[in-house]
This record gives sequence, C-alpha cells and structure tokens, in this order.
Amino acid sequence: MERTLINLVDISKQFGDTLVLDEMNLTVRENEFVTLLGPSGCGKTTTLRIIGGFVQPTTGKVIFDGKDITKLPPNKRPVNTVFQKYALFTHMNVEENIAFGLKIRGKSKDYIRDKIKYALKLVNLDGYEKRSVNALSGGQQQRIAIARAIVNEPRVLLLDEPLGALDLKLRQDMQYELIRMKKELGITFIYVTHDQEEALTMSDTIVVMNQGYIQQMGTPEQIYNEPENAFVADFIGESNIVDGVMLEDRLVEILGVKFPCVDEGFGRNKPVDVVIRPEDIILSETEPGLLDGVVTHLIFKGVHYEMEVMAGGYEWLVHSTKCFPVGTKVSLKVKPFDIQIMNKPESEDEMAVEIDG
Amino acid sequence: MKNAMKKIYLILMLFYLYAPIMVLMVLSFNESRSRVTWGGFSLKWYEDLFTNSMILDALKTTLIIALVSAAAATVLGTLACLGINRMRKTPRTIVMGMNNIPMMNAEIVTGISLMLCFVAFGITLSFKTVLLAHITFNVPYVILSVMPKLKQTEVSVYEAAVDLGASPVYAFFKVVLPDLMPGILSGFLMAFTMSLDDFVITHFTRGAGVNTLSTLIYSEVRRGIKPTMYALSTLMFVSVLVLLILINVRPQKKKDVIE
Amino acid sequence: MGKKSFALPYVVWMIGFTIIPLAMIVFYGLTDDTGAFTLENVAAIMTAEHAQALWLSLGLALVSTVICLVLAYPLAMILKSISKNRSSLIVFIFILPMWMNSLLRTMAWQTILSNQGILNLILEFLGLPAVRIINTTGAIIFGMVYDFLPFMVLPIYNVLIKIGQDKVEAARDLGANGVQTFFRVTFPLSMPGVVSGITMVFVPAMTTFVISNLLGGGKILLIGNVIEQAFTSGSNWHLGSGLSLVLMVFIFISMAILAKYDPEGSNVV
Repeated sequence: MERTLINLVDISKQFGDTLVLDEMNLTVRENEFVTLLGPSGCGKTTTLRIIGGFVQPTTGKVIFDGKDITKLPPNKRPVNTVFQKYALFTHMNVEENIAFGLKIRGKSKDYIRDKIKYALKLVNLDGYEKRSVNALSGGQQQRIAIARAIVNEPRVLLLDEPLGALDLKLRQDMQYELIRMKKELGITFIYVTHDQEEALTMSDTIVVMNQGYIQQMGTPEQIYNEPENAFVADFIGESNIVDGVMLEDRLVEILGVKFPCVDEGFGRNKPVDVVIRPEDIILSETEPGLLDGVVTHLIFKGVHYEMEVMAGGYEWLVHSTKCFPVGTKVSLKVKPFDIQIMNKPESEDEMAVEIDG
Repeated sequence: MKNAMKKIYLILMLFYLYAPIMVLMVLSFNESRSRVTWGGFSLKWYEDLFTNSMILDALKTTLIIALVSAAAATVLGTLACLGINRMRKTPRTIVMGMNNIPMMNAEIVTGISLMLCFVAFGITLSFKTVLLAHITFNVPYVILSVMPKLKQTEVSVYEAAVDLGASPVYAFFKVVLPDLMPGILSGFLMAFTMSLDDFVITHFTRGAGVNTLSTLIYSEVRRGIKPTMYALSTLMFVSVLVLLILINVRPQKKKDVIE
Repeated sequence: MGKKSFALPYVVWMIGFTIIPLAMIVFYGLTDDTGAFTLENVAAIMTAEHAQALWLSLGLALVSTVICLVLAYPLAMILKSISKNRSSLIVFIFILPMWMNSLLRTMAWQTILSNQGILNLILEFLGLPAVRIINTTGAIIFGMVYDFLPFMVLPIYNVLIKIGQDKVEAARDLGANGVQTFFRVTFPLSMPGVVSGITMVFVPAMTTFVISNLLGGGKILLIGNVIEQAFTSGSNWHLGSGLSLVLMVFIFISMAILAKYDPEGSNVV
C-alpha cells in the first residue's frame, strides 16, 4: 500500500461539556478512498472539519505528510472541501465560483481558463461557464462544488455528506461519478456519510464511528463480513444479533443449542455476541436443522423474500429466494463460516449500540 | 485580542446610543431648569408631572393614538396579507409597491400630502386626521412582519384542518392564526413604537389644540423644555426597560430548569 | 386560507391615503393660487436660497450616510458573531431607545455638544482644546448619524445572519485569508442589506427639518426646513408642494442609482 499522508494523533474535541471525539487515532494513506461512516453525532463531520482546519482539536495533533499542521488555518492547508450544502457563492456565476481559489493564488488568466474547462469536463458540465449558480439543479450545483475544489489541485479532497441532499437515483449515479473522478485525479478522498450503502460502494477503507470512537476500520468486505462488535453489525446492513456462550473453540451455544462455528481463541464458557446475517440462514421444511420454528411474517422484497421466524424464543430475520408462507413449520440451519462471534463490550464506553434517529 | 476589540466597539456604540438617554435621565433630577448646569438633586419635576395637565393630556393623546392606530393597522394589515398572498404576481407586485411608498418616501412628503388631501376634501385637521395618518404609515410595518410568517405557514396545515372537518373560519382561527401570531404581535409592537415616536407626520396633520408628546416638545423647544418632560420620558423608558427585562429573563430561567 | 378580497380594505385605504394625497402634491405643485397650471413652484428650486439648501441637504445626507455605513457594518458583524441571544439584544440596542422621544434624544445632544456642554468638559479634563460644534453642520451630521444609525445596522445585520457560515468556510478552504474572504464573499453577499440601509438613512437625512432645527440653531436651512416653512410660517402651499416634487425626484433618482448596485439582477464582484 502507498505511504501515509495524514495522521491524526490522539485527537480529542470537546464542545462545552460534550466530548465529541475521544483520543482518536487515524491514518490515511496516499490515494486512498476513506469513508467516515456513522450515525449523526458520532464525530465524523468534526473529524473532517479538524482535517480541513475549521475546528481546532482540544488535544492531539494533525500530521500531514510528516508536518504538524494542527495550527495551520484552512487557507494554508493543501486540502479542499466539498461542503454538504455545496456553499456556492451565489453572487458569482459558475466560472467565477470555480476560479475563486485560483484567483486568490494569483494564477494567470490562461491557466485559469484552461483549468475551468478541464474541471467542467471532469464533472460533465462543459459549457456551463456563464450560468448563474442559482439556476442549477441540486446535482449540478454539487458538480460545480466539486469542480471548484479540485481545480486547486488539493492533495486531499474532503467530502462532507456531499450526496445527502440529492434524490436516490441521482445519488447512485453520483457514486459512480465520484469513483471515476477519483481515478482520474489520483488524489486522496476522505468522505463522510451516514449511508452504509454509499460507504460500501465507494470506499477502499471504511472507518465506522460512534459516540466519538472508531468502532472498526477495514475494507468494505471486512466491515460487512466480520463486524467487530454489535454496533458495527447492526449499523452495516441488517443482522440477527443474539447472546451466546462460547463453549470451546469452534463451538458456540445459542438459545440452548450448540452451533459449530469457525472462531477460535475466545476461551471456554465465555459470553459473546453472535451475528448472523439474514441471508445466511437456511430454511427447510423437510430437512432437520439446528433449530425448529414457525414463520410469523412474510414480505416480498423483489430480489428476495423477507421472513421472520420464531425459533428458540428469538425472532429471526431471514432473507431467502424461497417463499415459506406464514405458519409454515421450518428448520433453521447456518453454515459454520457464516456465524460471526464478537466479544461483548467490556466497559460502558464501548456500549455504543444505540443508533440515533 | 480580537474579541476584546469587538467588545470595546460594542460598548462604545452602546454608549453612543444611550448617552443622550442618560443625560435626560440625569436632567430629570436636576433642581435647576438649565440644561447645562447642575443645581442639585430634586424630585420636583416628578411631582410637577402629576399636576401638569398639558403634559398629561399630551401623554393621553399619544397613547390613544398609538394604541388605536396600531390596532387598526394590525387588523387591516393582517387581512391585507391574507389577500395579497392569494394574488397573482402582477397585482401582488403593484400592491406591495404601493405598500412600500410610505416607508420609502420622506416623512415630510407623506405628512404634507396627507394634510393637503384632508384640507382639499374639507376634512378639518383634528385628532381624527392624526389617527388616520398614523394608521396609514403603520400598516406597512404590520405587513412587513406578518408577510414572512405567512409565507412560512404551509397551506397544507390549513388544508389538513379542513380535511379533518374544521370549517374554514374555525381552521383559520385555530390553525393559521396561531402560526401568524408572533408576526402579528411584533407588527403591532413595531407600529405602536413608530406611532409613539412620530413627530413629522403628526406635525402636519394635527388640528389646533391637539398635542402629542412629540409636538408638545417641539413647540417648547424655543422657550426651553420644562424638565417635567424629562421626568415623564424617564418614567416611560424605565417602565419599558423593566418590562423587557422581565420578558427576557423568564424564558432563560425555564431553559435552565430543562438543562 | 383567505381570499383576495381580504386585501380590498387596505387597497382602498392606500388609494385614499397614499395615492390621492401624492396626487394632491403634484396638483398643488403644478398650479398657482388661481388653480392655473404653472412650473413656477418647481422652478423655484433654482433660486440661490433654495438651491443652496438642496445642495447642503444632499451633501450632509451623503456624509452622514457614509459615516453610518462605516459605523454600522462592523457593529452588524459583531452582533452576528455574538448572536446567541440575538433577538433580545437587538431589541435592547435599537428598539428600546425609541421609547424615549426622539426629539428629546436629539435635544440631549445639544446639551452634550454645546460650548459649555459635557463633551467640552471631558475634553477640558483631558487637557484637550474645546470644540465648537453646536449650531454647525457638524452637529447636524452628528444628529443624523445618531438618529438613523439603527436603520443602517438592522438591514445589514438581517442579511449577514442569512449568509451561511459554510460560504465563509468555503472561501477559507479555497485559500482566501480573512480580508480576502470579507471583500470577495461576505461584503458582496451583504450588498442587498447595504443598499437598503443606505436608502433608509439617505432619504430621511436628506429630508429632515427637525435635526437641523434642533442642532443647527435654526440658522442652517436644509431643503426640509424650506418646505416646512412654506407650509407653516409662509403658508405658500403651492411653493412647498413644488419643492416637495423636486425632493421626490431626487429620492427616486438616488433609489434608481442604488438599485443598480443591488446584485439581485447583476453580478457585482
């Protein structure tokens, strides 16, 4: 992997009495697409604003390419931001908006003109130079905001929920656009969102945050398939999270039934959280399984059926392409590989399962 | 450093705005009638105030005109807002343009024009003409503060009320009006204050013998204002100040309890 | 939710008490005692005495408007930055003083500025030379700035609080320092407030007769004084109306000039 570009060292931030970030450490590598993911109030936007220079951390350091930039004002930092509500200058047209940073830096007219042309092409809005920004749609304004940031050739582009105000279809299109732009520009993206699907689609690395802590950091696959705690499991996709006891290596007891699994090293008779994704539960009417139950709800979701199955005193969420009508007696089975075992949170601080809104 | 500068500037400006008020308050306790020399502490101007029928009459006239004209302007203005809101673009622009005339035009021109009009149509200048003039320049303030509130109010709220079985009148009073109330109230207060403080328009539209505080003060300027007037102004100012402090302190306490 | 007809009473009221009265000024201004058409009343502005009053009014209004703007803009910025308790603070600063009669407050400046007044006492105490400001145009400007400052601060403040903090941050993010951010983003975005502030100060300053009377010692005639005297002591209503017409023309011209600087329609960078 490439070399380290940004290092957040023991960053804490306090607003009045509330601790928004608690001794956070984060490393971002060059040319990485990092997504800070979490519910509102988890500290992800504050982290981004600390990197951008709009918020001073209460304690800790921001190291950029080996240099301490903690005290540097935003206008002196080699990063640019795409703001949540675009923050376009309404008293300027498209061209003037994009040229803003370049004019400040005293670039030549020719240079500025070429840059504007290039940037508008990159965001697929060629020929929009003279338009008023007020006359643009939300999606177009978003593209101008990106163009305005990238003409300054930042080494890192900070994006603060940039797609939050767009409708679903446009949001999905823009996700692919952003990936394409990132490839063309070859720079680092740090992206803030509360939308797990957005994070899974675009990122190289996802940083899941809650209540000022990093809950887990890893590739989208790691985050989805091997959540480290119940919060991550619950926040990323739907899942069944049940109490269990790790009897020995590769054997967990759930609801009084022994399930073979692949996890090791938890010790004997240790209470744990068990995560099973709804699509990993195999239902059968004929074959015996590990648990027996009754289908209580059935909803058609298009790609699959979503069912709730009452078994062993727990209501299991199950996704299946097969339909089992309400009232059907079924058996449940899970492959050992699909059972994810997690340590129970040890302290109050880690009890961070609540999701806002 | 920067914050200190801000504070110093703010305090200087506050001092600038309040210096004359402090001077008048001090003068109201001055034994001497002079505006420049201090003759010792005295409450005699306050005593005089309660027997000075000229000032008390002017106060009564001022308050009645302010109250009635603000109330009339509030009703007229709020109704007008509801109507204007329903208009198409062109008539709306015309009406709002007319509404802006008294606010943008010079007070002296407004005053003169009303006077000429009253006289030309044979209406004797009197208490009533002052009242009519005050209503005229008060309505724009009401419209200015009600209109934004009306634009914020969702039509769907009214429609929801009607959908749930409310009659249009009931829905208006129970759903729309409460939403507009802050705007209406601040419009009323604005109108009341403007009317209270007006001199120019009153000066041109009043009849003989009709005096508000402003016109009384203006007529006394030449011979020197009796400090009784300062005493009255001090009393008015202090009572409004106390009222404002009471209003502003109460909600803060509530917040403290919640937190 | 309401009907168009609800606006009818006010529309009638405006026609009766705004439009017709203005028409009356036009009528009186363009006729003589006999009711015959004449341009004499309007042309009277050309006489030395009236022209001087008009130019003096224009000049003093211009100066006090500029002073108001210079004083008000930082004040509005400060008010915005401490905006936690904003509404009540604004009321305290600008609405509360109105409850003390404005004539009295203006009069009080006479006490402060007069030759043996408080200002000179302070100057003397500091060992500085006394100033003779009362009954001069300086005192009139002082009064104008005092009386009309709130009308400059409020519209600027109202526009400033609507400028999103994110726009300022975006400018900083794009490399602008504090000064550049102010001149390239904050100030241009606040132009509508500045323009309406200028209008709200310039028009009353140009047309006042009260301030010049109270602080100018009755010796300095502004166009407002000339018109007022035409109606009260002079009883020449036709002349007063004619001069008022000229005054209105000047107001319209200044508004038209200002409208050009309002960036609603155009781009002012």
